[in-house]
Amino acid sequence: MATQTRTKAQAKPKIKLVKSAPASKVQKASAPIRQMVYDKKNLTGAEIIIQALVDNGVDTIFGYPGGAVLPIYDALFQQKKIKHVLVRHEQAALHAAEGYARSTGKVGCALVTSGPGATNAVTGLTDALLDSIPVVCFSGQVPTFLIGTDAFQEADTTGITRQCTKQNYLVKDVKNLAKTIHEAFHVAKSGRPGPVVIDLPKDVQFAPGSYISPENTDLSRYQPRTQPDLSQIELAVEMMASAKRPVFYTGGGVINSGTEAARLLTELVQMTGFPLTSTLMGLGAYPTRDRQHLGMLGMHGTYEANWAMHDCDVMVNIGARFDDRVTGRLDAFSPHSKKIHIDIDPSSINKIVRVELGIVSDSVEALRAMIAVWKKRKYKADATAMKQWWAQIDKWRSVQCLSYKKSDTIIKPQFALERLQAALDKEKREVFVSTEVGQHQMWAAQFLKFEQPNHWMTSGGLGTMGYGLPAAIGVQMAHPNALVVDVAGDASILMNIQELSTAVQHKLPVKIFILNNQWMGMVKQWQELLHGERYSSSYTESLPDFVKLADAYGGIGFRVESPDDLDRVIKEMMKTDRVTIVDVCVDQKENCFPMIPSGKAHNEMILSADAKKFDKTLV
Amino acid sequence: MVRQSQQDKKSVYGAAPVQDPVSSHTLAVIVDNEPGVLARVIGLFSGRGYNIESLTVAETDQTKKQSRITIVCSGTVHVIEQIHHQLGRLVPVHRVSNLTLEGTHIERELALLKVCGVKDKRIEALRIADIFRARVVDSTLGSFVFEITGTTEKVDAFVDLMKPLGLCEISRTGVAAISRGKEIVCDGK
Ligand SMILES: Cc1ncc(C[n+]2csc(CCOP(=O)(O)OP(=O)(O)O)c2C)c(N)n1
Repeated sequence: MATQTRTKAQAKPKIKLVKSAPASKVQKASAPIRQMVYDKKNLTGAEIIIQALVDNGVDTIFGYPGGAVLPIYDALFQQKKIKHVLVRHEQAALHAAEGYARSTGKVGCALVTSGPGATNAVTGLTDALLDSIPVVCFSGQVPTFLIGTDAFQEADTTGITRQCTKQNYLVKDVKNLAKTIHEAFHVAKSGRPGPVVIDLPKDVQFAPGSYISPENTDLSRYQPRTQPDLSQIELAVEMMASAKRPVFYTGGGVINSGTEAARLLTELVQMTGFPLTSTLMGLGAYPTRDRQHLGMLGMHGTYEANWAMHDCDVMVNIGARFDDRVTGRLDAFSPHSKKIHIDIDPSSINKIVRVELGIVSDSVEALRAMIAVWKKRKYKADATAMKQWWAQIDKWRSVQCLSYKKSDTIIKPQFALERLQAALDKEKREVFVSTEVGQHQMWAAQFLKFEQPNHWMTSGGLGTMGYGLPAAIGVQMAHPNALVVDVAGDASILMNIQELSTAVQHKLPVKIFILNNQWMGMVKQWQELLHGERYSSSYTESLPDFVKLADAYGGIGFRVESPDDLDRVIKEMMKTDRVTIVDVCVDQKENCFPMIPSGKAHNEMILSADAKKFDKTLV
Repeated sequence: MVRQSQQDKKSVYGAAPVQDPVSSHTLAVIVDNEPGVLARVIGLFSGRGYNIESLTVAETDQTKKQSRITIVCSGTVHVIEQIHHQLGRLVPVHRVSNLTLEGTHIERELALLKVCGVKDKRIEALRIADIFRARVVDSTLGSFVFEITGTTEKVDAFVDLMKPLGLCEISRTGVAAISRGKEIVCDGK
């Protein structure tokens, strides 16, 4: 069955995760595999790796060379099927692979050397783990006979990465090489996706061996469940049909499940007429401009989304995980609702919030089944109840929680994003947006519009500053003709600024839109509100001149200081043919609202208007 | 359920929940016997802050190269359920069974005890060993090594009785467990 799965994936290389078959079928199909057809003999380990990459649909790999991976680099040099993108730091290789994966629905791929190469990759791997991004990372290792001797550039890579990968391997024998790589790709994309590391001792890269194709590899030992239990789906739909104050709460799982999942979600939401709110990772699954979308929820979510979550009577969670940034204070989280949780990972269900109905399933399958049941039973939402519920929601909406004080003289960060969005609306190219981490990230989530899945890349679970630029590079590699914008903060961008060089080398016209407040804005906000305005080390003193910096790298830099000038500069930015920094000098004092202070419930959020009334008695 | 202190309010994470009652569970885990599998299982416990009381592991199927890990762990019902699912998620893990929840089961442990006593204490040690059906597997003029198998409680009781009689060294295997009746824990997730 694994074989079929792959061919399907190849025929349709769109944004679609591969479905694994039910266990029973797998058993049957894998029986003839036993004869072990060897497809190619007398290759070196390095050549086997290249062949395995090609057969797993890899066309781009992000990496950085070093002694322990030179045989692989040598093999890369002598072929044309795989493009290698030289990054400037291994962390960036992983983020670029994430950006590539998230924007294509394929598995992202990275290559790093032993020791420092592998340890530099750890942040990227952890980021991919927390956001469930399918990535395979190859790391070099000292030769097998030197492992454990503290050899030059030796690190216990499998030991170090065991907790930040979904699975990892140390290949000590070339005869296991091909099948290990095939399993790695299968594991990375099946079930809940995640990063996988394959550690490759140098002697294994040189060793002669035989190649076995993915079709002839037995992948049956990892076949996570993807189909829902239909009786549970019926129960869920029944609960939905009898709901008076329902809400959909959707997350990154819907994105990971592919464009079809987003389409089915849209169908289900419109069919039921229920409101929907999304996590940071789930943005794009349902168009945010639609009336039924309440905006993002959680710590910096909208007033209407968080109140709807708090007051609902039936919550339908699809592919989200009740993250602490979303739930706020747990014992006051949505106290009166019955909760349905659909997740592909059984360990996500009942992990944080106890639910009435947990369904283990890929979201696309669950959504399809839910729609079928809703239609078959001719369900209709309770019209009067829904009218009341929407009236209530409109009341919350009328608070206009995202409003901010406009200014003629100083650029408000929110205004900058509104103008950016206006320009993006007119754009004919496909548009992708990535972000760094901080206030600007939350504002981007609040003020930009999301129309389709896989066009929004942000570091949600780990909150990794320095994610946005390399991720944008990964996206631009996969979509050379698209417009890719990294919404950045002045502090975050410096964490992987060296990647400007990568963008220049590979002619990637990524746009870096820095909301420059000269502070670590998010840190400052917490210090202002919770630590007595003691701004300990949160002012980014001695920032570089970003315009000159772009220039020094061979890119283009613009600065904009007045609101009137914004549109012109954004227009210029859209026209450039190489990596471009726009240094937007924004209001240094602006804070990100609404905000649920930690330890508070959804209904205790503060709006910008009453920020002054913030409970500072604790400080 | 959530207790809240001043500090919790300032924290980025809110308050810690109050704990539900803790109980002990025995899990049988069938895994591929490959390098790193034990580290993966143990790492899961340390990384997520779960408690292991006992862990035994040995290959049980040479042809399929599978091992059986028996884990006795303690936690709230909620935590035990999480441990179960988290173990099930690991790629080399084929099956996880909570023997404590799935019907009745038998648990046995083996211990070797070295008792160095003289005169009366020596005789008393032999007498108690007899009551506990412990075997003498080594004997010198000044020492015995007893072998005892039984439930953890039985072994504990024997150990307690041997303490005043010159117990000087213990080696225990940890718990091996199997369900009663026809039901088996085998391959297949
Ligand atoms: C690697 C890393 N280190 C530290 C942090 C903690 N942190 C979160 S937001 C933030 C400030 C970000 O500042 P900036 O990039 O200027 O964005 P702003 O909040 O000003 O928009 C910091 C330091 C982090 N998320 N990641």
